[in-house]
Amino acid sequence: MANITINNMKVEVPEGTTILDAAKTIGIKIPTLCYLKNVQEPGSCRMCLVEVEGAKTLQPSCVTQVSEGMKIHTNTKKIRDTRKIILELLLSDHPWECNTCDRNQDCELQKLADEYGIKEVRFQSVKERLPLDESTPGIVRDPNKCILCRRCVTVCQEVQGVGTLAPRARGFNTIIAPGQGNLLSEAVCVQCGQCAAVCPVGAITEKDDIDKVWEALDDPNKYVVVQTAPAIRAALGECFDLEPGTLVKGKMTAALKMLGFNAVFDTNFTADLTILEEGTELLTRLKKVLVDKDKKVALPMFTSCSPGWINYMENFYPELIPNISTCKSPQQMFGAVAKTYYANKIGKKKEEIVVVSIMPCTAKKFECNREEMNASGVKDVDYVLTTRELGKFIKQAGIDFVNLPDEEMDAPMGISTGAADIFANTGGVMEAALRTAYEIVTGREIPFNGLHVSSVQGLDGVKEASLKIDGTKEEWAFLEGVTVNVAVAHGLGNAKKVIEKVLSGEKQYHFIEIMACPGGCIGGGGQPRMTTDEVRQARIKAIYKEDEGRKYRKSHENPAVKALYEEFLVKPLGEKSHHLLHTKYSSKKD
Amino acid sequence: MSKRSIAQILVGIDGNTVLSGARKIKTKLITEINKQGLSDQVSVIETGSIGPINKGVVIGIYPTGEMYGNVTEKDIAEFVQEKFVKGRPYKKLLLEEKMQPEIDLKTYDSRKTQYFGRIVLDNCGKINPEDIEEYIGMGGYQALGTVLKEKTPEEVIQIMKNSGLRGRGGAGFPTGLKWSFAAQEKESPKYVICNADEGEPGTFKDRLIMEGDPHRVLEGMAICGYAIGANTGYIYIRGEYQLSIQRLEKAINDAEKLGLLGKNIFGTDFDFKVKIKMGAGSYVCGEETSLLNSMEGFRGEPRLKPPFPAKSGFLSKPTNVNNVETLANIAPIILNGAEWFKKFGTVDSPGTKVYTILGHVNRSGLIEVPMGITLREVIYDYAGGISSGEFKMAQIGGTAGDILSAELLDVALDYKSLQEVGHNLGSGAILIMNDSVSVVDFLKCCMKFFMHESCGRCSVCRIGTKQMYESFNRLEKKEAYFDELKNIEELAKGLNLASFCPLGQSVASPVLSAIKYFEAELSEGINPNKIHEPVTREESGIVFSYS
Repeated sequence: MANITINNMKVEVPEGTTILDAAKTIGIKIPTLCYLKNVQEPGSCRMCLVEVEGAKTLQPSCVTQVSEGMKIHTNTKKIRDTRKIILELLLSDHPWECNTCDRNQDCELQKLADEYGIKEVRFQSVKERLPLDESTPGIVRDPNKCILCRRCVTVCQEVQGVGTLAPRARGFNTIIAPGQGNLLSEAVCVQCGQCAAVCPVGAITEKDDIDKVWEALDDPNKYVVVQTAPAIRAALGECFDLEPGTLVKGKMTAALKMLGFNAVFDTNFTADLTILEEGTELLTRLKKVLVDKDKKVALPMFTSCSPGWINYMENFYPELIPNISTCKSPQQMFGAVAKTYYANKIGKKKEEIVVVSIMPCTAKKFECNREEMNASGVKDVDYVLTTRELGKFIKQAGIDFVNLPDEEMDAPMGISTGAADIFANTGGVMEAALRTAYEIVTGREIPFNGLHVSSVQGLDGVKEASLKIDGTKEEWAFLEGVTVNVAVAHGLGNAKKVIEKVLSGEKQYHFIEIMACPGGCIGGGGQPRMTTDEVRQARIKAIYKEDEGRKYRKSHENPAVKALYEEFLVKPLGEKSHHLLHTKYSSKKD
Repeated sequence: MSKRSIAQILVGIDGNTVLSGARKIKTKLITEINKQGLSDQVSVIETGSIGPINKGVVIGIYPTGEMYGNVTEKDIAEFVQEKFVKGRPYKKLLLEEKMQPEIDLKTYDSRKTQYFGRIVLDNCGKINPEDIEEYIGMGGYQALGTVLKEKTPEEVIQIMKNSGLRGRGGAGFPTGLKWSFAAQEKESPKYVICNADEGEPGTFKDRLIMEGDPHRVLEGMAICGYAIGANTGYIYIRGEYQLSIQRLEKAINDAEKLGLLGKNIFGTDFDFKVKIKMGAGSYVCGEETSLLNSMEGFRGEPRLKPPFPAKSGFLSKPTNVNNVETLANIAPIILNGAEWFKKFGTVDSPGTKVYTILGHVNRSGLIEVPMGITLREVIYDYAGGISSGEFKMAQIGGTAGDILSAELLDVALDYKSLQEVGHNLGSGAILIMNDSVSVVDFLKCCMKFFMHESCGRCSVCRIGTKQMYESFNRLEKKEAYFDELKNIEELAKGLNLASFCPLGQSVASPVLSAIKYFEAELSEGINPNKIHEPVTREESGIVFSYS
């Protein structure tokens, strides 16, 4: 422990604590802009500078560790003056468009300017306007608003291992831009949106599609259905200042109905469908390898629900294409089923139906625009709104979200199981798949407490589990005594680690779940900001709570999915499934 | 000198004179000497800079000490005829000043006798830098041999500590102490890095040292390697320093052939390899952590300290980074002892300092003088006085250096004396300006430089340097705001307190010292009627309340 004083108050904190954290323990908040816990502590925005007695210059509190006897001052005139200068410099280099900015009232720079009482900026603006980068379906970059905190660079390079965003040029002319070209579309960008999720200002955002959805809702000739991804219900509340991890499925359903959607459905429905298709695919692959000794069938099989991961794989590891499950993501399965099966059911033409998705994800905007995603004959999913966009959408409609009553989703595509809920977080797809696959093979429930595969839960980057199968049903006898090895990775940097081990032969798995974003979809690039590890934990906790409260907790128990097979698809991996629910990938590597 | 001739002609071949045809002049000299049948009496020797730097190709005659400047190829025939056939000075090109005379360094004490002892430049302009035999003939590599055979690493560090040598790169950190930090680390491998990224405008002493005496630098690096436990050294050098690079490469090869570098040096079990890395011309890469980033192939930007390079430097291994001039001091200190070294300079800042003197002086060039001589002495004793007009100001230490006015002419140039009056010694450039120079113009140039070289990592420096430039631009046009100077001063202080690295911090040096001594002149650029049209929070769109 180190005994220090902060603003003449005695504090005792463990050695190695940063001044920033030490100050927090006694209720002193030191302002930060570039700092993002567990992501980067670069000490470069200089907002967090404090005075340490004996030091020649001011010290960045986010990285400076306390030492015994340190005397720290966080709020002297010198510091206040310096912070003001920094803020005024940043504001002189920032377009003053707060009222029309995506981040209005949700901007870290704006908030600090307010807190520090910046009434005028003594420096003249000398900024030259740079063009917006709207070249991709998911992400918009406004380099004019960028304050060069480099959070996006760190997540893109270190957390995601993609390395698209990097500082270019130097000094006042420095901009953060795709390393290969000036536009994101010309560079390798997987559209995961983690950059947008960490941006403190309005420099990187999702592409705003709210107006298009309004237009569809206003069109009397359109029948607009909405699907909500499993991760939304545990995060949307944050847009309305509810605590992270507040479950708002009922309020969200009520709000969507008030907004005028003709049917409020759940992506969970097709998450359950995915498990049936993907689980069957896995078992079929295992059979082909173990029984038929088919050399053309690749193992391990990787999940395919995360479009950021698919983009990453196509760009960096196209050699894995045979290993990727051919299942479309639940979002795209939903679109294809809604415009065929459901359209038929309600007597509408596919052209009359508009499918809107609410996703925690920016890559979903990219995914729905992929050429091959029109199995129904038209674009399967028309528009994707992120969680943040839905928050704004609800506010635009003047809906008092927090005080809404809970409502139920519509049948049939609003019916789902707990296994679908947990698609929202890392380890969830794996757990859901095992719940079903084990039962198909053995006829028994998976032998874990509360049906949870606890070794693949949590925020460790790479998780593993092994499951020995015995007591198989006759048709699955070839799996008797087989130990199935699985791995789970979240965040593309972690995915890369697993892939390298698989490719080098260091590790052998049968099935690997990859989610592009840290924590899985609950930490997606379209979720309310800021998604810290604490926030991730809270959302995951809520998702499991949702799962545990369900009547059905295994995908194959979903009555609506059963009906879908009976009435329409016939069987998993059948001809209709193949056409509507499965896809192909192609190498995007140069 | 290795050759037994009656007279020697030293041709100063350095980065500047190469461009003025020094190599052709050397060839022509040899031809002419041969033609006159003097080749057994007069030898022509290629050497590094002889001293003067604005006098074109300079040749020196040994032992008389005469120097000839602005020598061209067509002068050579006449010059050889006059000087060596007729035996009289060739008046047309004769320079006023003479080469620095030889003195016995062993018995020299700068506080007892008037000048002239050179430690760092002892061999420069005298020996052929491309001939390792000449370096050895001057006692080269003796210090390394002594260290490897007779001293423990701890003893070497103790000698360095006792000598009081301080880093010559600008910050003046005690060298022995720095070495002891890297020596303490258990991690291996360790690295010695010679910082030859000399980017401070007007400073090129390191280049002239490397061009004139490359082995001296290598020997210093090897001794450092032995002291801290490193077997690899890197010279991080400006890519533009082509002649230095050539000579260092040759020196490394020659030394390895003789077993003075490489494996089993002097037959001991100590190995030391030196490699060269070229920089791409970024100023901030002279800052040691940016240098490390650049060496590792990353963007040239400073790293957070701690960890300091001694703990986690190149490739995250313990690393000692020293300036070229610092390393050139090592061998003489080992050979002659710490006590000898302390006879030069002042008590607090022992030794000599190599300066490049530039600007409105009669003799600009490279000098080595004891620490603690005054600015006045530098100008009038070494640089031949002001070339025209009156002395107005001097900037010492390059663009990041302070501006001194006439009232500081008698301040002693050493770390401590300058600190006492609130200034820094810096890197070794002394720029002398006469009364024709406008403070505003000059500072605008400095600010343009900083703006151009700021790496863009920290907000203060990135935007602050730009705003500084804009302010001086307005002052120059006499369109500055009524409170411009106050804003400049506040911004300079902010840059100094809040910048991430010394680049931004040192913007304050020229600005604040200029305001201190030349406020009245700076104020002439202000238009008292020009006021800011403040942008208020409402106009800026900043919203007041937060829920």
